Amino acid sequence: MKAGTKFLIGATVIVASVAFLMVTSVRETGVYFLTPSELVQRTARDSTFHDVGIKIGARVVPGSIRRNDAERRVDFEVTDGTHHFPVTYVGLVPDTFTDANDIEVIVEGKYGRDGVFRATEVLAKCGSRYESAYEAIKA
Amino acid sequence: MTLLGQFALWAGLLAALWTALVGFSGRWRDRPELAAAVIRGSFAVCAAMIVAALALWKGLLTHDFNIEYVWAYTSRNLPDAYVITAFWAGQKGSLLFWALVLSLFGALAQLVTGKRHERLMPYVAAVTCIVAAFFIGTMLLSANPFDRLPVTPPDGRGLNPQLQNPGMVIHPPMLYLGYISITIPFAFAIAALLSKKLDTGWLHAIRKWTLLSWLFLAIGITLGMWWAYVELGWGGYWAWDPVENASLLPWLTMTAFLHSVMIQEKRGMLKRWNLSLIVVTFLLSIFGTFITRSGVIASVHSFTQSNVGFLFLVFLLSTGAAAFSLLYLRWPALKPDAQLESLASREAAFLFNNLVLVGIAFSVLWGTLFPILSEWVRGVKVTVGPPFFNRVNIPLGLLLLLLTGIGPLIAWRKTSPANLRRQFLWPAGFGLAAAAGLAVAGMRDRYALAALILAAFVLGTVTQEFWRGARARVRMYGEAVPLAVTRLVNRNRRRYGGYLVHVGILVYFVAFAGMAFKVTQEVTLAPGETAEIRSPYGHTYSFTHLGVSQYEALNRIVSAANLEVRRDGGRLGTIKSEKRQHVDSFGEKTFEPSTEVGIRSDLREDIYVVYAGSIGGTERANFAISINPLVWWVWFGGVVLTFGGLLTMWPGGRTMAPRRRRDVQAGFEANLAGPDSDAPLAEVVR
Repeated sequence: MKAGTKFLIGATVIVASVAFLMVTSVRETGVYFLTPSELVQRTARDSTFHDVGIKIGARVVPGSIRRNDAERRVDFEVTDGTHHFPVTYVGLVPDTFTDANDIEVIVEGKYGRDGVFRATEVLAKCGSRYESAYEAIKA
Repeated sequence: MTLLGQFALWAGLLAALWTALVGFSGRWRDRPELAAAVIRGSFAVCAAMIVAALALWKGLLTHDFNIEYVWAYTSRNLPDAYVITAFWAGQKGSLLFWALVLSLFGALAQLVTGKRHERLMPYVAAVTCIVAAFFIGTMLLSANPFDRLPVTPPDGRGLNPQLQNPGMVIHPPMLYLGYISITIPFAFAIAALLSKKLDTGWLHAIRKWTLLSWLFLAIGITLGMWWAYVELGWGGYWAWDPVENASLLPWLTMTAFLHSVMIQEKRGMLKRWNLSLIVVTFLLSIFGTFITRSGVIASVHSFTQSNVGFLFLVFLLSTGAAAFSLLYLRWPALKPDAQLESLASREAAFLFNNLVLVGIAFSVLWGTLFPILSEWVRGVKVTVGPPFFNRVNIPLGLLLLLLTGIGPLIAWRKTSPANLRRQFLWPAGFGLAAAAGLAVAGMRDRYALAALILAAFVLGTVTQEFWRGARARVRMYGEAVPLAVTRLVNRNRRRYGGYLVHVGILVYFVAFAGMAFKVTQEVTLAPGETAEIRSPYGHTYSFTHLGVSQYEALNRIVSAANLEVRRDGGRLGTIKSEKRQHVDSFGEKTFEPSTEVGIRSDLREDIYVVYAGSIGGTERANFAISINPLVWWVWFGGVVLTFGGLLTMWPGGRTMAPRRRRDVQAGFEANLAGPDSDAPLAEVVR
């Protein structure tokens, strides 16, 4: 067999393994990224969405944050303007997760059949406060 | 000053467009004075960008808060060092920084490239100037750093506290230097295609540039890991975040290029592949800047959102289309001079290494873009995170590490079975010894085991290369061993510097393997209370809360929590972690509070303490405490890699004309001790 042919076989094996790893890994570790409305609609149609890991991008309902620091637990509500539901999270929240208005969060976890989202991870970003200061100065 | 800055931007844009137009037209071919004018055009762009940059720095240093950019990223109480580096803290300044550095590199390339490439240089100027024109145009269209506010605020908004860190002072510019310097090899590649001078001449002209941008990227990535580790407080240094991934992509394809280019130099193969790699690397560097600055993909690092994303996308697509069309037009002229002769050859090892590197790059790109792709294709956004990247890339990374050990051991063209045995005996033995040792020590994590065994194998390979090379010199010239090693390295810096880079890489792998054994615990402690954690090495660490103190510093109010740390009862010292509330010069709160992590680092493990806030205003506090094994080795790997990289680029040393090198190769390969005729014996024979 020519070296070029042998190389092609080796190359095919490598390319196939990369493809295989990518396909199986997407299937096994992929997480839906939804808005609260999409989540509510999808679980209404297909209840298996309660059982898989989900990421939610949403805003925190102002004033809804209840911290229980002693238990390192946080309860809050998220919304996209149409649908809203409670989230409960045990763990340490990032610095950017504050009581300021309009914080945007990405929460990862499962949406229980009781309508409570149990988060395993909370990411927060808050930029609006400074943007509004900027608008005020511009005006 | 903003007027001067605006003027400089416009002047730079016009000069860049003129240079690009005339340069690409090729009309300078029979008119030396026009060729010289094109090259002067790239100097003019450089001068204009220097003026623009100085204007912005002047605005920053004089606290001219009427300039929106100055107001948005600095304040009166910001330390001067951060005022200077606020230049690249935001999108608009970053774009100016890009244009400035690109024009500097473009001018430098014109100055340092030898006369024998003069037919390429006007094309090179045209490419660098069209890229510069894109960045300047983007600023003028939608992100002008010299925009003014209708009123002058009394103080600025201040710099994001996460950016107030020494790592952040040098990490972005290093990464940008890497991204930007890739434009020069790309420009030479396009120039070679346009001028049809497709011999290895252009490869020699860009050798230092490719090494330079590869090294800048490597340093930038490592500094980014350091910054994420000490500043972001989640306990690790690599999160497969889109911005991190984006910086890794061009580094991977550039690494592939640095290897495959050797095949083209020695054997005249892979011409099309190498050109494609350079084009792809350039596109990925633009993509990296785009990801960092567009906010298209949510990331902890992308500090801004804006509409420049669209301009980047258009530029990315049109440049890619133009470059690949040109490559297609020259396809027939890029036929390989030779064929692969044996699978047991250096060429084959490099080809597999290239495939794996490009495979890793593709999977990382795929994972990074997956939310967008899945939304297009399936109408629902699906994200993949660290589990995806680890699952795919750990096996591929280990395969790459294996090839790192194999490559240097086998000869160009083909290797005899006897030679293979001779070459592999010691390194493979070294790897097996490591395997036995680790098994006895009770390590069970299969990926960590594989990484450490392969690292030992690679170390064996490199050691053997140094040992045999030095021994040959000792025998030949009767030199003492230290002198023999020094001369060996000095006579072939590219080769032995490359081996040192391999050592740096294996050190990274060892450090990554260590993180498989990380332990983390979240605890609530009142003053005087103690928490215990068992380390992966079997030690028991105890942490006693000493209380929280509050004080004011220059631009912030600090709450500091102190923990006393003991290992197996013996006192190690105290670790302090802080919550910082940044304030402006009127005492008003600026950003959200930020956390300063407490870290105690030694060769074996880091103790990583995050003070996560007090409970109800008391000194009772929450902590996240991690024991992170072998983190120090990441930074050490970075130092080794940097040293090796600098060695390969160091000016001077022995140079051989490419043709000559190949003759020596062909003539004496069979008899030589080493698998590579660059060994000292070759010099003697010569």
